[in-house]
Amino acid sequence: MRLEPRTDTPLALRLLAPVGAVVAALALCALLVAWTGAPVLRAYGLLFEGAVGSRFALTETLTRATPLILTGLAAAVAFRAKLWNIGAEGQLYMGALAAVVVGGGMLDLAAWALIPVVMIAGMAAGGVTLLGPAMLKVRFGVDEVVTTLLLNFVVLLLVSLLLEGALKDPMGMGWPQSAPVAEAAELPKLVARTRLHAGLAIALGLSVLLWLIDTRTIWGYENRAVGANPRAAAFAGMPVTRVMLRTALLSGGLAGLAGAAEVCGLKGYLTLDLSPGFGYSGIVVAMLAQLHPIGVVGAALFIAGIFVGADAMSRAMPVPNYIADVLVATSLLCMLVAGLLARYRLRRG
Amino acid sequence: MDFLSTILDILLSAAFWTAVLRIATPYVLGTLGELVCERAGVLNLGIEGIMTLGAMAGWMAVYQGADLWTGVLAAAACGALLGLLHAALTVPLGLSQHVTGIGVTLLGTSLSYFVYRLVLPQASTPPTVEPFQPLALPGALAQTPLTYLAFLLVAVVAYVLYRTPVGLAVRMVGENPAAAEAQGLNVTAIRIGAVVAGSALMALAGAFLTLSAFNAFFFNMVNGRGWICIALVVFASWRPGKALLGALLFAVFDALQLRLQQASGGVLPYQLFLMMPYLLSILALVLVARRASYPRALMIPYRKGER
Repeated sequence: MRLEPRTDTPLALRLLAPVGAVVAALALCALLVAWTGAPVLRAYGLLFEGAVGSRFALTETLTRATPLILTGLAAAVAFRAKLWNIGAEGQLYMGALAAVVVGGGMLDLAAWALIPVVMIAGMAAGGVTLLGPAMLKVRFGVDEVVTTLLLNFVVLLLVSLLLEGALKDPMGMGWPQSAPVAEAAELPKLVARTRLHAGLAIALGLSVLLWLIDTRTIWGYENRAVGANPRAAAFAGMPVTRVMLRTALLSGGLAGLAGAAEVCGLKGYLTLDLSPGFGYSGIVVAMLAQLHPIGVVGAALFIAGIFVGADAMSRAMPVPNYIADVLVATSLLCMLVAGLLARYRLRRG
Repeated sequence: MDFLSTILDILLSAAFWTAVLRIATPYVLGTLGELVCERAGVLNLGIEGIMTLGAMAGWMAVYQGADLWTGVLAAAACGALLGLLHAALTVPLGLSQHVTGIGVTLLGTSLSYFVYRLVLPQASTPPTVEPFQPLALPGALAQTPLTYLAFLLVAVVAYVLYRTPVGLAVRMVGENPAAAEAQGLNVTAIRIGAVVAGSALMALAGAFLTLSAFNAFFFNMVNGRGWICIALVVFASWRPGKALLGALLFAVFDALQLRLQQASGGVLPYQLFLMMPYLLSILALVLVARRASYPRALMIPYRKGER
């Protein structure tokens, strides 16, 4: 048996790959669920119901999908250009930090002006956080995987430092949390009496915008060319370093925006548990979407559904909700294999 | 002067050096494990998850009544299994070592938490086990057996890598797999073997945390140690001896920041001290990046007959 590259991958196969991967992941994790002694089909039924079974469940899933779309886009944009940004978690917190600083009452603006300013501040903070490792990569040849990973820990400690110091809410009863953002900085709700906020609209808009940039502009063309073969791109006269740094700003910015939107749309203030690993899940989202900006939306909805559904399921059954994290990790590994099968065909001999 | 004399006092105390050796142990084991994988040409970003699973599995085995060494073996076996998964995906299938590694880390971490919560649904304070006790060897600072084992393993790995045919084969598939193939070596098998062995070592680093350094399993207890090991491998130029030196140097700084944190009496926020290990690792990478001599075939999948 050997693998032989396909000359081109039909669209049906590209769409089938993530579906197959998800089915395989569900089947593998069924073994774990069965091991807990819970009835597998009933458990998955409850998970599905908890994710999309009611109006409330649906809005919760959409709310959870909002940061995942943004961190998914952050990973997709970076991975496209072969910039291995594993630091979206840290960039997200930097964006959230910028949001509580800028949106915390230091600017006295109306909502229509303040919200864009806060969002752009979040993007800038996230972008600059990734710019550092990207500069180290292009200037000194330092592998960005390790530096972005290590920065996640530094950023979390920085947030912890500020939440216990300069940014600590005097009304917070001693909890390490920031003061809430100004009312004018809060993102409007999309559906009344739910947690669903305008961050979803921003995320959806950005994924369409990025798709247009990717397919219709020189920028997108350069990004793809540099990702596919940096030496050939340089030989063709493309500014490889500039493309790298531009991609870093964009990728970090998207992750930073995820943090700012979580603060201004959902929580209202910053704590150390703002993100249950959105930065890392974003990588899975991007891979399931095969780095396609529109595909990211679908993948983020799926991952969000798993998390929201697993929470509901684990309340009714003795299955720990960490099953969601196992499912997400298994989906990523299955997707890698499925992607391979879509790009290659198996030949005998 | 006051600051300098504080540092001098710390550096001259035996307790400090005992702590250094203890802190260095997981870094020594993790760095050795990553080094073995990378010498064979496979980057293993699964290290963080493998260490977490090793920590959980080793502790869980002992908690369920096994003796400590059985716990260590259980951890190594679990690490080897995750290593086999990483190797199966990256070596014969040639998938991206970056993304697969992240996937293995996510899987190892989530599986550990899942199993821990399943067995102990309502443990608010983590239950404890009786850990390894320090053992006084003549002429050495009293350490637990796993620390002695870690230092012994540095010598073993160095010997195997540089003085045996197996080690030569491992280095060869990491430098020039086509040439290794021409010599009649099975590149795929050697790479898989190296990743499995290296991953078992990483899991030992995790088991040290729950069975020696502490006596319980906590969430997030590995806390980036795996990523620091990856930086240490680069810092050590992929040499076991230098890896030991790097891990010790790193542990000196880590132990020093802990002591200084206590000595500073809360003048500076403690988070600043906790950031030091991560910032130090980044600094180390920047310092050596220019003259780093990577194994030539690191991160390049090998398919027979393809050029």
